Amino acid sequence: MCHQTVGLVARALEAAGVPTLCLTAAHSITASVNPPRAAFVDLPLGYTVGRPGERDFQYDLLRRAFSAAESMTEPGTIADLGVRWSDDQAWKAGATSGLANGVRSAEGDSRSQRVAEPQYQFESDRAAAEANTG
Amino acid sequence: MDEDAPVDYIARTTEQYASLGYEPYAWARRPETPPWTPLERPLAESTVVLIASGGAYREGQVAFHWKDDTGIRRIPTDQPACDVRVTHFAYDLEPARADPNIVFPVDRLNELVDEGVLGGLAPEALACMGGIYSVRRAEEVLAPAMVEAVTSARASGTDIDMALLVPV
Repeated sequence: MCHQTVGLVARALEAAGVPTLCLTAAHSITASVNPPRAAFVDLPLGYTVGRPGERDFQYDLLRRAFSAAESMTEPGTIADLGVRWSDDQAWKAGATSGLANGVRSAEGDSRSQRVAEPQYQFESDRAAAEANTG
Repeated sequence: MDEDAPVDYIARTTEQYASLGYEPYAWARRPETPPWTPLERPLAESTVVLIASGGAYREGQVAFHWKDDTGIRRIPTDQPACDVRVTHFAYDLEPARADPNIVFPVDRLNELVDEGVLGGLAPEALACMGGIYSVRRAEEVLAPAMVEAVTSARASGTDIDMALLVPV
């Protein structure tokens, strides 16, 4: 859904006079929602800019994305940045969604419960937010 | 399967839903030519605003909930990524919590500015939780709110030449 949402936001921004560039790791979803400019990276969901701690990989990915965007002239372009997860593409066989992304597979139903209460990373965040909101 | 082809998540979701006995999810299809605003100047002279849908928030802010939350959190971009929290129901949070840059690349964008690849980074990033099942809510609630956030920042004097959108 995230890729769909971002594509819809990009279309709205562009219509309001703001040039956009969408990164995407989900080519089919981005192609369907058809944002103005997109840059595809062939990475598992959850790793849009690369692996944790791999600074040079992340930097190079973004540099390539901006460079691609600068040369786009056709609305609806999805440039392939040539960014791959590894030489081993085995992760793709098990990739069905963000939780079952082929890197680490979720057990049972691959979706977390969609609860309508704030979901804090740390319990201390809850106290901090409640102090702010009174 | 062609190993070099991108994973077709739409096809896989359709298969998965069918196996669970669910109706297929109606993905947004927008085959008409998208709107287009040309870049006005080279990126080395352009200010970029980061818009990330991986559920980023900061300590002191109310975290996103997981049921079509259409809220936006403003995150100062002069703060390092390690101070950013993430919450989202539809991806593995552990790697992003180890290094938020993989879904909220604020450190890398600041480095791109330092290296002169980009002209600048807008002082506030706009974060949302993109796992919104309702296309209508994404399109009619979140998208206009995001447009308002960017256009009001521009109106108050913040240069914004381009938005970089990072989904998860």
